[in-house]
Amino acid sequence: MRLGEGRIWDPLNECLGREEIRMLQFARLRDTLDRVWRSVPRYQEKFREAGIVPRDIQTLEDLAQLPFTTKEDLRLGYPYGMFAVPMREVVRIHSSSGTTGKPTVVGYTRQDLQTWTELAARFMTAAGVTEDDIVHIAFGYGLFTGAFGLHYGAERIGASVIPMSSGNTDKQVMIMQDYRSSVLVSTPSYALTIADRFERLGIDPASLDLRVGLFGAEPWSEEMRREIETRLGIIATDNYGLSEVMGPGVAGECTHKCGMHIFEDHFIPEIIDPDSGEVLPPGSVGELVLTTISKEAFPMVRYRTRDITRLDYEPCSCGRTSVRMAKTMGRSDDMLIIKGVNVFPTQIEEVLFQVEGCEPHYQLIIDRIGSGDVLEVQVEVHENIFFDEMKKQREFIDQVEKKLFSTLGVGARVKLVEPSSMPRHEGKAKRVIDRRSR
Amino acid sequence: MKVEQISIFIENKSGRLAEVTHVLGVAGVNIRALSLADTSDFGILRLIVDKTDLAKSVLKEKGFTVNKTEVVAVEVPDRPAGLSGILHVLDKAKVNVEYMYAFVERCGENAVIIFRFDDTEGAIKVLTDRGITVLSGERVYGM
Repeated sequence: MRLGEGRIWDPLNECLGREEIRMLQFARLRDTLDRVWRSVPRYQEKFREAGIVPRDIQTLEDLAQLPFTTKEDLRLGYPYGMFAVPMREVVRIHSSSGTTGKPTVVGYTRQDLQTWTELAARFMTAAGVTEDDIVHIAFGYGLFTGAFGLHYGAERIGASVIPMSSGNTDKQVMIMQDYRSSVLVSTPSYALTIADRFERLGIDPASLDLRVGLFGAEPWSEEMRREIETRLGIIATDNYGLSEVMGPGVAGECTHKCGMHIFEDHFIPEIIDPDSGEVLPPGSVGELVLTTISKEAFPMVRYRTRDITRLDYEPCSCGRTSVRMAKTMGRSDDMLIIKGVNVFPTQIEEVLFQVEGCEPHYQLIIDRIGSGDVLEVQVEVHENIFFDEMKKQREFIDQVEKKLFSTLGVGARVKLVEPSSMPRHEGKAKRVIDRRSR
Repeated sequence: MKVEQISIFIENKSGRLAEVTHVLGVAGVNIRALSLADTSDFGILRLIVDKTDLAKSVLKEKGFTVNKTEVVAVEVPDRPAGLSGILHVLDKAKVNVEYMYAFVERCGENAVIIFRFDDTEGAIKVLTDRGITVLSGERVYGM
């Protein structure tokens, strides 16, 4: 048995029987609904519109009668409208990247931070982290929840935390070697960037202490997992979270790597049909909807994550009884995550509209070349943006690339293609081709 | 004194150039001169043809992106330093050449070069003032 394997951080709460979980969930759900009804006008308004008061929820199944909460609700409540406690009780603020306008602001009470820390300790322990580890955190510290979530979780376990932050790969590599990092926390694509750097510098990963990786903040395939594990010589685990719901610590894989255990004593997961909103039977693939049942500052009732996944209620051989969610398989909206940055095709459309002066025809091709995500924007050429001079044509492309970079915060390559080269479905072009998950 | 040129956007994939020439051939359009500027992704094909408007409309019908621009056809003495003399004149007058390409046919003893200038009118004046022959469109299409 490898170091740390098989440990469970909180056996009492992670190994509850199904009926116990359901009873606990129902009690906490009722409490959450009472609180949001009293403290968040937006929830009360939405419940009233649906003709529901909290006491109508008599069983766990009644949850399905409640309206969904969406990113739009959070946008309308910007910045603090969805907070359920006065600001004097809020001790931390984070935010997630916005779509086209304002970001989403989330808050935590002291108790929320404790819960978050505990849940991060749970999934990090499940991945094999112990008090003997040196945890190298290569997520950016800042408004983003990733770094702080794992930072406190690792400290709670008793591991030694290196708050490295992102960027400066050469320095990361030096610290990994000299400080003997044994656990790497980063995006999966950054893990491959590090692997590339090792190769270039002629460093054999076996000469390092690295043994476990916890990767999140962007979707990644099983193939990518194998590549990371082989090239870095580590166990690579996935974890899941979103700042609207808490941050990392909603779910995480154990070393069996058969889905991410959702911490059901704090979150109720549902899988819905993203089009009809109907709750789908266990085992179905659909959109994950999460309800927080312990959060104080920023409770979420039936929040539509837009992540597509499947739930598996079969007990796991690790001993945890919680439901497991499969690796996310895509999005029910059109959001793309490129190099960890949230990108919406509408943002690209706006830029093209500005420079072209008319409705653009375009297609986005996302691929993973080497260890990095590459976004290619294919634009159908037309008379207004076609020049007989190559210099002007190149200038046009450069201008679009610069505008895209300043709007998206991530680089894109623009490629001009002939008109009608994009397949059109029912008159509408298929906008996005994501080749990363193949 | 100006010559009409059509430019066509061509994606860098096999058969596109053949498609352009096929479409023009079927329509009975004769290509008088051509140049292709290319990058790894796409190319810009520029043509002088005998029937510019017809060429443009049949290509557009086939889904090509086509623009019409004005260029200048200049008679260049077909001997060493013939072109150099003309470029020198243009350079002194600070007229920029965006691109140029040669015509297949000769005009009497002289070669014909197609020029794209940043300032077409200015360039024509500079050239004619120096006694350099600028060919009319009619003359060029019928060569």
